[in-house]
Amino acid sequence: MDGAAQRVLAWAERRLPALTRLRPQEALPIVLHRRRIYIVPTGFGLGFATLLGVMLVGALNYANNAALMLTCLLGAATAGSMLVAFRVLNGLTIGTLRADTARVGERIRVSLDLSAHERERSAVRMDIAGTEYAVSVPAGGSATVEFALDAERRGWLPLPRIRIHTRWPLGLFRAWSWIHPDSTVLVYPMPEAMGPSPFEPQGDADRGRPRVGDEVASLRDYRPGDPRRQIAWKLSARHHDLLVKDLEQPAPQEDWRLDWDSVRGLDDEARIARLARWVDEARNGGRRWSLRLPDGYFDIAQGDEHYHRCLTALALRP
Amino acid sequence: MTGFRLSLTPRLDTEPRLAERPFNLLCLSMAFVLVTHALHLPWWFTAGMAAMLAWRWWHRRQGGHPVSMWIKLPIVGLLLAVVIATYGTLFGREPGSAFAVGLLVLKTLETEHRRDARVGIAFGGFALMSALLFDQSLLATVVVALGLVPALGTLRAIEEINPPRDAWRAELAPALIMLAASLPLAAFAFVFIPRLESPLWGAPNAGRAVTGLSSSMSPGDMGELLVDDTPALRVSFDGAVPIAEARYFRAYTMLYFDGHEWSSRTDRFPAGETQPAVSPRFTYHVSIEPTQQRILPMLDMPTAAPADATLRYDRTVVANQRVQATTTYDAAATMDAPLDVTLDPSLRRAALQLPAAVGPRARELAEGWAGQFNHDSLAIARAALGMFRDGGFRYTLAPAPLGSDRIDDFLFNTREGFCEYYASSFTFLMRAAGIPARVVTGYQGGYWNRLGSYLLVRRSDAHAWAEVWIAGRGWVRFDPTGAVRPERVSLGAASAALAGNDGVSFLDGQWLRSVRDRWDVVNQWWNRGVNGFDALRQRGMLQPFGIRRTDVGDLALILAVGCSLLVATALGWALFQRRQGDALDAWMHRLQRKLARAGVARRTGEGPRHFMARAARSLPAHRNALERLSELYLRSRYAHDEPPPELVKQFRQAVREFRARGVVK
Repeated sequence: MDGAAQRVLAWAERRLPALTRLRPQEALPIVLHRRRIYIVPTGFGLGFATLLGVMLVGALNYANNAALMLTCLLGAATAGSMLVAFRVLNGLTIGTLRADTARVGERIRVSLDLSAHERERSAVRMDIAGTEYAVSVPAGGSATVEFALDAERRGWLPLPRIRIHTRWPLGLFRAWSWIHPDSTVLVYPMPEAMGPSPFEPQGDADRGRPRVGDEVASLRDYRPGDPRRQIAWKLSARHHDLLVKDLEQPAPQEDWRLDWDSVRGLDDEARIARLARWVDEARNGGRRWSLRLPDGYFDIAQGDEHYHRCLTALALRP
Repeated sequence: MTGFRLSLTPRLDTEPRLAERPFNLLCLSMAFVLVTHALHLPWWFTAGMAAMLAWRWWHRRQGGHPVSMWIKLPIVGLLLAVVIATYGTLFGREPGSAFAVGLLVLKTLETEHRRDARVGIAFGGFALMSALLFDQSLLATVVVALGLVPALGTLRAIEEINPPRDAWRAELAPALIMLAASLPLAAFAFVFIPRLESPLWGAPNAGRAVTGLSSSMSPGDMGELLVDDTPALRVSFDGAVPIAEARYFRAYTMLYFDGHEWSSRTDRFPAGETQPAVSPRFTYHVSIEPTQQRILPMLDMPTAAPADATLRYDRTVVANQRVQATTTYDAAATMDAPLDVTLDPSLRRAALQLPAAVGPRARELAEGWAGQFNHDSLAIARAALGMFRDGGFRYTLAPAPLGSDRIDDFLFNTREGFCEYYASSFTFLMRAAGIPARVVTGYQGGYWNRLGSYLLVRRSDAHAWAEVWIAGRGWVRFDPTGAVRPERVSLGAASAALAGNDGVSFLDGQWLRSVRDRWDVVNQWWNRGVNGFDALRQRGMLQPFGIRRTDVGDLALILAVGCSLLVATALGWALFQRRQGDALDAWMHRLQRKLARAGVARRTGEGPRHFMARAARSLPAHRNALERLSELYLRSRYAHDEPPPELVKQFRQAVREFRARGVVK
């Protein structure tokens, strides 16, 4: 696009904020209403109108009233289709947004719910990030548009401006509206591909202590307070005393204490990438880990919730 | 982020392939176009095109892709060659429509994308309309209008929806509803679109041969016409109706005979003496189907010319313009006023002219009569009629072909034929006997539609007879055909031809006749009300409302205002949204609007109790009213299954009385 067109566009966006796509962000749900729905004929519509004009002139010229009536009928149907196109969008509600998580460089899958109260809305199309998605919203129900966005930077990824449009029913008119939800989806940082393991924890006081596990390590005499299910009943039957199975885990994984300050000599992004890799490895290796960041500390824990909390914090590092 | 596309139409290379169902509907639309044109295309052309359409449909169903350019190009060339070979030209109504229909069918060969299908449908609509140039009867119009249903259905199907529907009904029924819904606007526009006074360019039918009467006649010409059952005239009478035997509608009189053909030339003769003013015996209104000619058939004798027409010397009437659409005219007739009691010498010469060396035997016969009856015109004419009655002549619509001397061959050899043969040879005999005579063509008879009280004259009622000039009486009509077969005059040509075999046709059943009567009444209504609605009638349209003459500006204004009103009504429908919820909700919405104006807007997901409490905090001056409103709303909404009417009433009253003023901070 050359400079002049850009200037015109910029002017239009300044002067006609409602018409152009530069609407301010709005909170979901967004209900489309008549003030934000615009209609123009499509290229086919323009051609069709020309043809109707030719038919009209021909019918008038030949004083052929039957042909004139046919032309009027077709013209009226065309005009009616404009209203139908408008009604497809009018009152449509763009509701909740759901998003997966993804890392930088992956595509993040997002789904958006459209719902309508009274009528069915056919052939609603959405232009999102250069791709068109078509969906029909059933009467009184909702439909879901699933799309994928390129996650190029970690952190909050704003939704692009979305053009929601329809050419229903005849393809002669296009009704459209721009929406710009203020919703965002989170992009996790990209872990570094390879690098050193985290430091081995020093002076672990728990080293060597047996832990409760699954494998039978030894049998010993019963001491009051031992849980009943650890009693080896069959063996005890041949013995004079109660025997208790001492269960032990194999040597436990070390807890990793991950610390922002311990990664030195790297810039912030590389630090984040390394910490993200360590968090991934800790989770995949079944370890427990803690994460200390300059502005927060996540104590030793395990599990998805912990993982997502850590990665969110990393993603949102300034 | 997507760039702003200035072009709102997708590019062709990104267009997806057309799905199967839109393609099927497209084929259906094309088949419809073919059907509407079938009546005037050669049958083999229609059959060939139908076969090609069917093949392409099957081919694509099998997953076939567009046909290669090396096949398409020769086919288009072949189409061109066939059209030119059949019609001799590519321009004009028939060859044009044949070529257009052919191209449309061929378009399906390369239809792969939505764009192709759209182009096909758009021009299909045009082709459908052009079918109405051939026939604008009610039936044809309805069929063509129904052709719009699959066309609109195709356009709908092209707009693929997700998930797709699978029933054909799902496309055709909404398209039909759509057409029905657009009828009011269409009818309004139809009535008020200003008609053209005169065509912008050439009439479509100029130079086209129409079956119908022509300004020349030679025996055998009308053969085709006499079996054509389509209506020619519809005549309704004010008051008296002439008896069946007197229903002669004169169109052409023919004075010149070249031994082969009778013709009426455009030479002007003086109108003879002025006719004595006679009061018309019959006043009637004719609605004539398009003939592409200027002549207007008149019940003999017309006493005056209708508007926009001229009465000629021979009491035939010529309109100022060709009859290109169904036209109506009012006329008056008398039966017994003499025509040309004194004959102008030049006219007499013309009425006695005979080519030399034609019909020597007939001349001999006529001269014999002249001597025998001492040049008594009436007696000679009676003798000729007697010869036709008793001389072994036979009435048939399929006579034996005549030799080079048509007059002698007919009178002395074949002795079979229909009205043209008799009129032609009778006139010849009269002239040979020295009596001025001429051939007259027109319509005779007609079918009385009891339901609509009008006379339906079909093309098959075309007739030819003779007029003989008798001193003291002027031109007197003689119908030699009636001498041979009186039924021709009382029943019509086809009945007369059938009169030999006694079998009663199934089609003559009384119930069928009544159905046909009704159908013709409807057609008559259509012709007068719709097809005959021309510039003249459009201007007089508003007379009942006190507007004498509606000019184009008025019409355009009415059209613009009326269409705007209709569109506004439709817009009201489009903008109308059923109010969500019940009366209580509606009043709550009203309260919310009032509060929003006062600066307290209800947040998304905020419950009523919380909202009202917040409002009461923000507007301390209205705390009491708001608390009452809140309590009323909560009690109505949550203390009962249905909001009790009296509580809703109280709530409504409270909302109405509530006046919130924004707090000035």
